Amino acid sequence: MLFFTIVSFYLCVLIFINLYRAIYGPDILTRIAAINAIGTKTVMILILIGFIYGRVEMFIDIAIVYALLSFIATIVAAKYFLTRRSIE
Amino acid sequence: MLYLTTVVILFILWIVMSGIFDAFHLTIGVLMSFFIAHFSWDLLFQNTKMPLSERVGEFFRFLNYVFWLIYQIILANLHVARLVLDPKLPINPKIIRVPTKLTKDISFVAYANSITLTPGTITIGVERDHLLVHAIDDRVADDLFSGAMERRIARVFEVGK
Amino acid sequence: MTFHTIQIITAGFFILAGLFFFTTATLGLLRFPDFYCRLHATGKGDTLGTLLMIVGFMIYEGFHLLSLKFILIPLFLFMASPTVTHSIGRAGVTCDVEPWEKKEQSGTEETE
Repeated sequence: MLFFTIVSFYLCVLIFINLYRAIYGPDILTRIAAINAIGTKTVMILILIGFIYGRVEMFIDIAIVYALLSFIATIVAAKYFLTRRSIE
Repeated sequence: MLYLTTVVILFILWIVMSGIFDAFHLTIGVLMSFFIAHFSWDLLFQNTKMPLSERVGEFFRFLNYVFWLIYQIILANLHVARLVLDPKLPINPKIIRVPTKLTKDISFVAYANSITLTPGTITIGVERDHLLVHAIDDRVADDLFSGAMERRIARVFEVGK
Repeated sequence: MTFHTIQIITAGFFILAGLFFFTTATLGLLRFPDFYCRLHATGKGDTLGTLLMIVGFMIYEGFHLLSLKFILIPLFLFMASPTVTHSIGRAGVTCDVEPWEKKEQSGTEETE
């Protein structure tokens, strides 16, 4: 159980490093890529929380829904720049 | 026939997602599977005239391909990890055009996705006869031009041609 | 050494391997010079990291109906992650973002 806690803390640290790119990223497409990477790590953290509290069968549903939502959000953001044809 | 296949796939998905095995939930599952399949059975499969035996064969060839692909993905990640952990960052990125002879849409999707997942290359544009690929150093670009992956894709999806 | 111990050690090994690939993905996002190269790091590292960690969770949990639900996540991600990478990359091409080229003289290591 302690192992899962340490792993999820480590993933949180990685998320904060990604957040640096998401905030200070030189261009906007880097920010979208960083947000997508944060979404993937959040899915993992949700499953780890399920293990820590012993309710995996509930948190796995939340994780699946979060994966779908973050995928759609990234696609919409990228699609916006496909039609806008400029990143300024 | 495809209608029933869609119903079976949807019902398996229902069982996996709910995990409850009493009569009430299973009945609702069957009813909902038929209801959804009634609207969307022609969206799941691309070529509606293909016989079922051929489709099953294609599925197993695809499964075989997926295992090869996972092995390639592990190699790709080790390559990227080596590039990232090298203090000199020995990358030489460039955009290349990869000509392709594939014809079906599904093989284009599989080929583009596989390129993105494997060593140091991502697809950034798809045209009718070539793909725009961003390669991160020279070795992976040469690997892609050898065409081993395209031959495997053609063996899975374009057998009848 | 019982079966249970082997199970836990194998699961821990897979989870740590997944964490290693997550780490390289993050470091790549920090170190690579332009966003096409950063897509290389995120698109590949996160996919394999997720797959390995899910395999570790499945081994830890033992095989029952929940394992099939675990499989759904990497199954979805193996279709979604290349799609996302491709769509961001195509947005970059459409907006005429110039890719970073290696310069001949030294001093190209700085990463913003």
